[in-house]
Amino acid sequence: MSAPELYGLVLTGGRSKRMQRDKANLEYAGRSQLARAMELLTPLVARSFVSVRSDQRQDPQRAAYDTIADIRQELGPIGGIHAALHAYPDKGWLVLACDLPFLDRETLQYLIAQRADTRVATAFRSSFDGKPEPLCAIFEPRSRQIIEHSLAQGQQCPRAILSLSDVELLDLPNARALDNINTGAEYAAAQAALGSMIVASPPTTAATGRRLTVRYFAVLREQAGRSTEQLETQAATPRELYDELRRRRGLTLAPEFLRVAVNDEFGDWRSPLSDGDTVVFLPPVAGG
Amino acid sequence: MYHFSLHEIALQPELLRRELQDPTCGGYAAFEGWVRDYNDGRTVLRLEYEAFPPLAVREGERILAEARQKFGVARAQCAHRVGPLAVGELAVWVGVSAAHRGEAFDACRYIIDEVKHRVPIWKKEYYQDGDSGWVNCERCAAAPQAHDLHPHARGHGAP
Repeated sequence: MSAPELYGLVLTGGRSKRMQRDKANLEYAGRSQLARAMELLTPLVARSFVSVRSDQRQDPQRAAYDTIADIRQELGPIGGIHAALHAYPDKGWLVLACDLPFLDRETLQYLIAQRADTRVATAFRSSFDGKPEPLCAIFEPRSRQIIEHSLAQGQQCPRAILSLSDVELLDLPNARALDNINTGAEYAAAQAALGSMIVASPPTTAATGRRLTVRYFAVLREQAGRSTEQLETQAATPRELYDELRRRRGLTLAPEFLRVAVNDEFGDWRSPLSDGDTVVFLPPVAGG
Repeated sequence: MYHFSLHEIALQPELLRRELQDPTCGGYAAFEGWVRDYNDGRTVLRLEYEAFPPLAVREGERILAEARQKFGVARAQCAHRVGPLAVGELAVWVGVSAAHRGEAFDACRYIIDEVKHRVPIWKKEYYQDGDSGWVNCERCAAAPQAHDLHPHARGHGAP
C-alpha cells in the first residue's frame, strides 16, 4: 500500500504578539517569510496551501496562494492543521510554520524521506526537550481523529498532542534548522546570520566557554544515564570534552576506541568546537 | 535509487526488492542478515539495535554510492532494523540489481561488509545467563595498549 499523497501547508495565522507585526511579512534577503516558505515547500509536495484565519482571506500576500481558512477561530496552529485535514482528509500534510528562517530544503527532503505513514505523524525531535516539533512535521490522515479528540478535551497545544501520539521522531540533520523568530532581537540576529552566511556557527564567547549539546548512544548512553545533555564548557576540542565527560559521567570507554561526530557528521578529535555544536561520541559499531 | 533506511518494524523484502526492478538489469543479488541464537560461545535470547539516525542514513547512502561507482550497479538498497529483535528475525537486508550477476554479487558483499564497519548502529545482546552486552564494546574500557585487540578499529580516527 502506498503512502497517502502529500500536500503542504504553511501556517501564517498567528497574531505575533511579541513581534508587534505580521510575521508573514518579515523579510530575509528581500523575500517575505511566507514567500520563502512556499518556495521551499511547493516543489516537494503535490499541492501547497497557506493556512489563514477567515479575516485574513483578502490579504494580498496570502491571497496569491491557495488558502485554507480555519474552521474554528482562536485555536492557534492546531486550528490550521485541523482545517487542512478536514478539507482533504485522505492526504498527508507537511505542515510548516512561516517563521523558520533557517529551514532548508535538505531538512524537508529528509523529513519526507523518513516519513512513516503508518504512524500518526513524522516530526523532528526538539533539541531542547526531546519532544516532537509540530510546526515542521508530516501529519497523516489518521492524525485528524486524534486532533479532534484532543480539541474536544480542551487540548490545543500541537506539541502536547503529538507528544502522546505514535510519532516517528527524527533527529535534525541541521541542528539549527528549526530555530524560530519571535522577537525583534531574534529577527535582527537571524538577518545578520543569514546575511553573512554564518548560520551554523554564531560567534563564541570566550570568557564563558562554549555551550554544547552532547548526545549519547548505546553503551555510552547507559553509562552516562542519559541520552542528551547541554553544558557549558571550557573544552576546546572533542578530545578535551570527552576527557571532561569521562570524569564527570564515569564513562569507561577509552577514546582510542571511539569516533566523534560534530553536528551529525563525522568529525575530528582535535578540531576546535564552536558554541552551539552538538557532539556525539560513537562507540564501536555493530550493525548487520 | 540508492536508499538506506532504518525501520522499527519488520522488514518486507518483497517490497524492498520491487524497488530494484530495472529493465537494464539481468542480475539481482540480495543478502539477509538474521538474528542468530549464539555469539562468542554464548546463547543469545534476543537483541536490540540502536542507531544514530541522521549520520547512519548519510553514511549508509555513501556506501551505496561507493558500490555504484566501484561496481557500476544500477540500483542498490539497504534496510536495517532498530529496536528489539527476536532470534530468527531479519535484521538487515541488502539488495542490488546490475546488468550482470558478477557485479551484483560483488556490490552486495561490499555493501554489507562496509555497513557493519562504518554505519553508526549498535547491537546489544541479551544472553541466556541473564547477562547482556554491547557487541564490540565490552573490551573497550580504558586500556590503550589493547588497541590492536579491537575487532573494528579500522576507520576509527585515533584521537
